Amino acid sequence: MIRKLCLAALVLLGSTGANADWALNMPKGVTTLSAETYAIHMMVFWWCVAIAVIVFGVMIYSLIRHRKAAGAVPAKFSHSMTAEIIWTTIPIVILLIMTVPSAELLIKLEDSRDPDITVVTTAYQWRWHYAYQGEDVEFFSSLSRTSAAARRKGSGIDPETVDNYLLDVDRPLVVPKGAKVRFLLTSNDVVHAWWVPELSIKKDAIPGFMNETWFKAEVAGVYRGQCAELCGMDHGYMPIVVEVVEPEAYQAWLVNEKDRVAQVAVADGEIR
Amino acid sequence: MSATVADTHAEHEHHGPVAGWRRWLYATNHKDIGTMYLILSLIMFFVGGVMALIIRTELFSPGLQFVNPAFFNQMTTMHALIMVFGAVMPAFVGLANWMVPLMIGAPDMALPRMNNWSFWILPVAFAMLASTLFMPGGAPASGWTMYPPLVLQTGDAFPFLIFSVHLLGISSIMGAINIIVTIVNMRAPDMSLLKMPMFVWTWLITAYLLLAVMPVLAGAVTMLLTDQFFGTSFFLAAGGGDPVMFQHIFWFFGHPEVYIMILPAFGVVSEIIPTFSRKPLFGHDSMVYAASSIAFLSFIVWAHHMFTTGMPLTGQLFFMFATMLIAVPTGVKVFNWTATMWRGAMSFETPMLFALAFLFLFTIGGFSGLMLAIVPADIQYHDSYFVVAHFHYVLVPGSVFAVMAAVYYWMPKWTGHYYDERMGKLHFWLSTIFVNVTFFPMHFLGLAGMPRRIPDYSTQFADFNSIASIGAIGFGLSQLLFAYNVIQCVRKKGSTATDAVWDQPQGLEWTVPSPAPYHTFETPPTSSVKTTFS
Repeated sequence: MIRKLCLAALVLLGSTGANADWALNMPKGVTTLSAETYAIHMMVFWWCVAIAVIVFGVMIYSLIRHRKAAGAVPAKFSHSMTAEIIWTTIPIVILLIMTVPSAELLIKLEDSRDPDITVVTTAYQWRWHYAYQGEDVEFFSSLSRTSAAARRKGSGIDPETVDNYLLDVDRPLVVPKGAKVRFLLTSNDVVHAWWVPELSIKKDAIPGFMNETWFKAEVAGVYRGQCAELCGMDHGYMPIVVEVVEPEAYQAWLVNEKDRVAQVAVADGEIR
Repeated sequence: MSATVADTHAEHEHHGPVAGWRRWLYATNHKDIGTMYLILSLIMFFVGGVMALIIRTELFSPGLQFVNPAFFNQMTTMHALIMVFGAVMPAFVGLANWMVPLMIGAPDMALPRMNNWSFWILPVAFAMLASTLFMPGGAPASGWTMYPPLVLQTGDAFPFLIFSVHLLGISSIMGAINIIVTIVNMRAPDMSLLKMPMFVWTWLITAYLLLAVMPVLAGAVTMLLTDQFFGTSFFLAAGGGDPVMFQHIFWFFGHPEVYIMILPAFGVVSEIIPTFSRKPLFGHDSMVYAASSIAFLSFIVWAHHMFTTGMPLTGQLFFMFATMLIAVPTGVKVFNWTATMWRGAMSFETPMLFALAFLFLFTIGGFSGLMLAIVPADIQYHDSYFVVAHFHYVLVPGSVFAVMAAVYYWMPKWTGHYYDERMGKLHFWLSTIFVNVTFFPMHFLGLAGMPRRIPDYSTQFADFNSIASIGAIGFGLSQLLFAYNVIQCVRKKGSTATDAVWDQPQGLEWTVPSPAPYHTFETPPTSSVKTTFS
């Protein structure tokens, strides 16, 4: 009953925004491949629904009609080669139908050639470090101060009053719209995973390995995610924020960042 | 006939149970050992359940209210280890101890002293594991998957974790050897392999899986131990090792392990559905082939747990195809159960209700499993609450419901008394409603982007988390009914059970008196196999 209600709700609300409190479904995302991932997800889901309707339908019919209390007399049959061949073959066909688009999409997802921007991302317990390859721009990205203050046990701060509680950082990653951004992921300590649902990317950051992944965001905006691989005590507190901006704004941001890095270097020199 | 055999030997001092604690500590009787396994499992089910409730209480609303993140991680880790190794696996081994000899017409397990040892290792191992909660640095907190390098950050608990996993593995291996030797050598004379009941078949296959993968787990954790204490670098990148290799080795154990926890459940359901449909199991032989195929495929799908680790494309494609293939034999099983019910004459006693809930809800877990096999989609699902929903659907209304169905089904044979049917049905309805309230919203949480194993979450996830927590508390409390019902049945409070217990059930276990005498089938049954319902 509950399952059916939930399924009905899923059908009705499937198209509502991903950030609503009652989000039921995967976000369609803002990259071409995230939309394709969503489509594959929905295709497999509807196949499952169709199979469920048939199989559960037969079961429920049987439960109603073939009850002892309803006077049913048990039949004697115990095998049927025809039936068995049919219900072995049909699933294989359905699986093949699912396989082809999944494999095609996977091949596209793995193709990280010719990036416009490469960001070397290093995971630490419990923050991210981003370095823009060839640009002299690098920085740590950590949980924002407001969230960090509110998250303590007994902080007395209601999470509802904190903007983007646990999903906000001090310095977001900034990338231009429409550019192919490649990530080179590694870790300084334990295994982490970089996940932003709207970009449809999840990849492990593993010490000693350099993993590759990429996205091309088509819509400007702020997209939030979290570390997805258990990485110790503060695993829940290393969010990811990606700001996708217009290319001009990105260039301005880059200049600004280089200035800041230079100023920090000067300041360092004075201290020394 | 076996009743008379048991009666004539009842006075013989070697044949009755010894009085007092010696009966249990020195136990070699398969029924006593089975009982001890089941009691241990029930205790561990509640211990692990309390840990689950600590997790769900903390997750009831955003913000940290009750526990610190470090302790939260200890709870998720210990909950999993205790439920997997303490509740589900011992429950099925206990059922095998009780029922396999009765179902194949054997007087006892083939290796009774090893049987004793394999049980008594368990309380020691769990005492050791539980003691880590009080050690500096706390209990293990790296998840039951024990991925390095994180697991190497465990405090003093680390070697105790490794040794308790070793002990649990030794116990499982000995249990598996015992079950294989018993089934292969001690069947009734006219019981050929393909005439064996499905529960015996699924356990035979499960036992081989245990034999194959438990040593692999032991090897993996031993390498962790030497990395930590003896300067090796199997999994340490700084020393030239490979952290991902651990994941490959672990899941080479871990994926067959999930079938170890579900195949005996298939067996239980394959016993119960025919009895209450009053019709023989449909396609017995194809059920055997399907279970064997699932067991074989379980060895070649392990890396579907690792699609985000950066495998080569060809590797991902192979593991996607192999994983999707599992849907075929699993589908055959579901269709065969449906065909068993089809044109039967069904009645709905508590064991049947649990078996039916298994059929529906395990299938839902199967659907989400199929979705998880699709790599591009799995990249989104992986390590999210969608996965938590998936494996709890196959483990709770899957394995755990099957254990409960089995207990209700065979308990009158064990105790000689029926359980309270009304309370059983109440337990069923509460469990089934609350299990869905708990785990169904987790699908939505995962799809919306909530990672698993986090102690606190963004406010957008608040509503479904609250629902899941309410469901969990309801589910936990409902299980007290189960414990009460079992205790009352053991105390012989229910009405007296007949020897057949149910309406013409098939199988040798129903030919011995209720309660089953301390010794059964001291001489093998002559006409053992009934293949048709009369």
